Amino acid sequence: MNQFIYKPGEHPDLPPPSNTVGPIAWVRANLLSSPTNIVLSVLSIWFLYEIIPATLEWAFLDAAFTGESRDECRAKAGGACWAFIGERFNLFTYGFYPADERWRIDLTFFLLCLALIPVLWDRCPLRKFGLYFACAFPFIAGWLLLGGFGLTPVDTDEFGGFMLTLVIGVTGISFSLPIGILLALGRQSNLPIVRVFSVGFIEFFRGVPLITLLFVASTMLNYFLPKGTTFDLLLRVLIMVTLFASAYMAEVIRGGLQALPRGQYEAADAMGLKYWTSMRLIILPQALKISIPGIVNTFIGLYKDTTLVIIIGLLDPLGVGRASLADTKWTGLSNEMYLFVAIFFFISCFGMSRYSLYLEKKLATGHER
Amino acid sequence: MNDTPENSNGNSEKEFVIVIRKMHKWYGQFHVLKDINLNVERGEKIVICGPSGSGKSTLIRCINRLEEHQDGEIIVDGTELTNDLKNVEVVRREVGMVFQHFNLFPHLTVLDNCTLAPIWVRKEPREQAEVTAMEYLERVKIPDQASKFPGQLSGGQQQRVAIARSLCMKPRVMLFDEPTSALDPEMIKEVLDVMIELATEGMTMLCVTHEMGFAKTVADRVIFMDEGEIIEQNKPQEFFDNPQHDRTKLFLSQILNH
Ligand SMILES: Nc1ncnc2c1ncn2[C@@H]1O[C@H](COP(=O)(O)OP(=O)(O)O)[C@@H](O)[C@H]1O
Ligand SMILES: [Mg+2]
Repeated sequence: MNQFIYKPGEHPDLPPPSNTVGPIAWVRANLLSSPTNIVLSVLSIWFLYEIIPATLEWAFLDAAFTGESRDECRAKAGGACWAFIGERFNLFTYGFYPADERWRIDLTFFLLCLALIPVLWDRCPLRKFGLYFACAFPFIAGWLLLGGFGLTPVDTDEFGGFMLTLVIGVTGISFSLPIGILLALGRQSNLPIVRVFSVGFIEFFRGVPLITLLFVASTMLNYFLPKGTTFDLLLRVLIMVTLFASAYMAEVIRGGLQALPRGQYEAADAMGLKYWTSMRLIILPQALKISIPGIVNTFIGLYKDTTLVIIIGLLDPLGVGRASLADTKWTGLSNEMYLFVAIFFFISCFGMSRYSLYLEKKLATGHER
Repeated sequence: MNDTPENSNGNSEKEFVIVIRKMHKWYGQFHVLKDINLNVERGEKIVICGPSGSGKSTLIRCINRLEEHQDGEIIVDGTELTNDLKNVEVVRREVGMVFQHFNLFPHLTVLDNCTLAPIWVRKEPREQAEVTAMEYLERVKIPDQASKFPGQLSGGQQQRVAIARSLCMKPRVMLFDEPTSALDPEMIKEVLDVMIELATEGMTMLCVTHEMGFAKTVADRVIFMDEGEIIEQNKPQEFFDNPQHDRTKLFLSQILNH
């Protein structure tokens, strides 16, 4: 297309041909590049055309946002009855936590966000102090939620809703990562006892369904524990969920450890670094970076598995929702309830997923093949 | 062969940085190193050559205990290598190693690669470690790459960083395991130049390499290994001009005539 002839060594940089850049070129390249692609594009557009207006209609345009019961909703509009969610919103959020004490949950949630900033954002100002605060957070949260030492004690039976999901999810996530790391290192250890223990632990917890572990936590442990000891049900669930996720975490991290070239271990050894130093500074940073997608996958799995606690009678959002549907005023509104709970989980999980992508990008150092 | 220090006896051990006596090593049933005896004087430059699989890497990896030997003794700078981890740590502090595939830490910058061991093993303050690291990066002629990651450098540059990284620990002995064989031809020279400079400064060096030019200019002694044994060792001049053993002749004809 360019007619000029340049002497060798004098060819200038030219702009790309105009039909290869710009929106029209994009549509051509991405939507209409082949017959199959054209068919798929048309089908997708038709599908979106069918789905989106109907959904908007049901969820917003023809929906009732106020009302005292299902019948009032129905009288107003034919679509969703969000009044139900509105009336039960506090129950969904706080469970049966005493109404006067709910500020403690709000405060805990606020502090959680505050503690997450220095953990997730490495350029946060005063990060060192932030991290100290993050380490102290579990104790502060435990005190705020359970009470005592000046606050009205609240029993864990009264925990429920999204707050319960967050308690189990955050605890499980923050403990399963370090335990998983230790198990993964243990599995590679030169010490046979450590290795056998790690393998046994991982295989056992990975080999049984979480539900059975939760049942063991809720009923069978009573047989094993000495008579008269009380051992909080929520605490047992937390332990089981954490151990279960740790086993998965350990295998994900082991994959990362094995993906490292032997030369990395050897270079660290040859320099005279001690085992824990070389793990902390050389091996784990690389292994964890490789494992980020798997780690986040496990986090998300754990987070959604918290809904299983309903089976042993803890009222997570789905439990609260089911209980609410049993109310005669609101029967039959399961679509609204499940959609609402789904959105809550989706937001949290999508957030984790995006953060992991951001982290992968940030940690890239030009070594990727 | 008679004038090699190997024949001097153990009572004057002090002058040897490395003493290896009657050392054997097995991988399972496989006898990979057989009756190795080798004394290395302070400041001596030794080039080890031999066919692939003859145990050259295994030998020098035994010297900093990346591999364990099963019989005989290895004494490095007065410390015997045993199962005692303390001794192993002492030896590794004094012995630097450069690998065929560089083995830089890809998640750390060049500077951090160089300061890691001084800070964590020698417990130097960071500022001081950084000053030393920059000095050595200067000497291998890449101070301007200090804040880059290894993945952004060429092979030759990476290997020079690896050499600087080892030197930052101020080692008494440097081990090189085929430092140029993973490099493109045009980068071999820049690495060899650094090694030659190091040699002229009096560093004790054991190099596994097939760079015979390097052996001729720098080595005090060339060692030929085959099937786990030291077959022949001599001054480079004698070694190349007048090889004694048939296997040495065969090996030399193979690497020199292609
Ligand atoms: N970890 C190992 N396990 C078993 N055999 C090994 C191991 N490492 C090396 N070998 C064998 O030992 C021999 C010597 O290897 P090496 O020292 O790497 O040879 P070179 O460096 O001279 O090429 C080879 O036959 C190799 O296959
Ligand atoms: Mg080798």
